[in-house]
Amino acid sequence: MNEKVLMKGNEAFAEAAIRYDCKYYFGYPITPQNEIPEYMSRELSKADGVFVQAESELAAVNMAYGASAAGGRVMISSSSPGFALMQEGMSFLCSVEAPCVIINVSRGGPGIGTILPGQADYYQATRGGGNGDYHLIVLAPASIQESITLIGKAFELSDQYRNPVLILVDGMIGQMMEPVILPDYHSGKQIDKPWALTGTKGIRPPNTIKSVYLKAEELEAWNWHLLEKYRKIIDCEVSYETRNLEDAEIVFVAYGTTSRIIREAMEILEADHIRSGLIRPISLWPYPYQSFDEMSSSTKAVLVVELSQGQMIDDVKIGVNGRFPVSYVGRFGGTVISPEEVASEAKRILGVV
Amino acid sequence: MKTVFEFTKGMTREESIYCPGCTHGIAHRLIMEVLDEMDLLGETIGISPVGCSILAHRYMSVDMCEAAHGRAPAIATGIKRVHPDCTLFTYQGDGDLASIGTGEIIHAAHRGEKFTTFFVNNAIYGMTGGQMAPTTLVGQKTTTTQEGRSELLCGKPLRMAEMIATIEGAVFVERVSLDSPSSIFKAKKVFRKAIEIQQKKLGFGFIEILSTCPTNWGLSPIDSMEWLRTHMIPYFPLGNFRKPGDREMACGQEMGAK
Ligand SMILES: Cc1ncc(C[n+]2csc(CCOP(=O)(O)OP(=O)(O)O)c2C)c(N)n1
Repeated sequence: MNEKVLMKGNEAFAEAAIRYDCKYYFGYPITPQNEIPEYMSRELSKADGVFVQAESELAAVNMAYGASAAGGRVMISSSSPGFALMQEGMSFLCSVEAPCVIINVSRGGPGIGTILPGQADYYQATRGGGNGDYHLIVLAPASIQESITLIGKAFELSDQYRNPVLILVDGMIGQMMEPVILPDYHSGKQIDKPWALTGTKGIRPPNTIKSVYLKAEELEAWNWHLLEKYRKIIDCEVSYETRNLEDAEIVFVAYGTTSRIIREAMEILEADHIRSGLIRPISLWPYPYQSFDEMSSSTKAVLVVELSQGQMIDDVKIGVNGRFPVSYVGRFGGTVISPEEVASEAKRILGVV
Repeated sequence: MKTVFEFTKGMTREESIYCPGCTHGIAHRLIMEVLDEMDLLGETIGISPVGCSILAHRYMSVDMCEAAHGRAPAIATGIKRVHPDCTLFTYQGDGDLASIGTGEIIHAAHRGEKFTTFFVNNAIYGMTGGQMAPTTLVGQKTTTTQEGRSELLCGKPLRMAEMIATIEGAVFVERVSLDSPSSIFKAKKVFRKAIEIQQKKLGFGFIEILSTCPTNWGLSPIDSMEWLRTHMIPYFPLGNFRKPGDREMACGQEMGAK
């Protein structure tokens, strides 16, 4: 086992990607994720990889598509406005089934917004900002260590399903430092990519990677193929964590940074003899709707906590399916909600003063 | 019996969807003939654009992928990083390259990417039904300039070859035409030269190909050729705008290997 080291989130993401055998990284500067391209520019070539500073996020995602189509293991990263610019590429990568790992170190919006953390890109990540029926697999780590693990998993899922995988973290996790254990070098599992563009070498028919289907029936058939894949991902790749659901009077739902704030809020409530629980989705798509079936009859309310105006609450309502009242509390625009604010909102909902 | 004409190995037997008199087919064939003659078909990767030639991969018998509108040069950049020794080309129309994809083409040239771009300038958007392109001539009627392109409102057409030639990373830039058998033979020589330069890894190569679109120009195929000669060539002069010197060509291989 490797030793514990103290690392900044963004640098740990980059180092983890290298150790999982990412060989191609394309990036454009944007705060709060600049340490990723900077780290890659310095370190990736030492691991026989290639870094390119793209002229825009639009170019970066298309460079990633090219490298992926050519059979390479690719990662790109950005932050909210840059990820918005990559949406054409997200739809395209899904359409042609090109594997790719993307990290969005998200910040407050809309527009240019702020460089401070935010969770307001949830719709864009889980509903998609590009055109057509498509899904990214979306994973939301709550610590730097978990980010490292999920980056490894993201490369595997991406190759296995031939689908882009998005790691959605916020600027808080990107910018903070935590002690972490890194994986060994060459920890990435590799699979054959017989579909990749390599040149035929005169020994096989040409490989074609295409997105256009001029006949409706052909495009519908391709959509069926994608839908079956998405259904399989929904069946196999849901992940989440729960705490104290057995006897909770109130259940919080939160992902990433916010779930860590909830843990402190739960301690405040416990001191006041209020039992609370937590559902923390780790995969945001596919969404862990089934986790809400684990809630007990002692629960009186569900409170969704987000650094947005309330986006994940839609999924929570689908999961709760009318069984419990669902409400939301959050801060946004780069501010971060405090455990005290969360605890007092919980008390207000429960009618405890 | 001596064979005087053969089907090019680089082209599939697929029937094309191009209109009668369209020069995309000629351009495809020339590229594939050159790659075949240089014995590079097995090493080649191509990128087709969004435009009439979106299905180029159906006709060209090499590994290919499609690009979103205008993004082919960025995709090529990614492919070349994975396979630095492959022969790589993008094939793009004037809406694709000179309008929505200007950023990508300029920066591929800027980085001196080691691939070749075949830029088909037919002075119009073919696939979407004949709207104005950045290369549409002043006074030319299109479905979005029904009284003819107005210089006052739309400016004068972009000369892409001249623009790309100002960029240091673009080592080979030439404009050719497909209006006659002799220009087609000349064009083929230029294509070959561009691929040779790519093999030496000297930098970015760009060939602008003046082409016709009889359907959207509203002219017969023969009149289209004449229109290309009388209207396009005077504004888009043929010729070389940039090429490596003999010395660079000679030591190219060594430089590229570094
Ligand atoms: C993002 C996007 N915008 C617009 C279009 C519609 N579109 C398809 S082809 C095309 C223009 C093609 O013209 P050109 O590049 O000149 O090629 P040609 O068809 O003349 O060969 C446009 C605008 C598209 N497919 N995608």
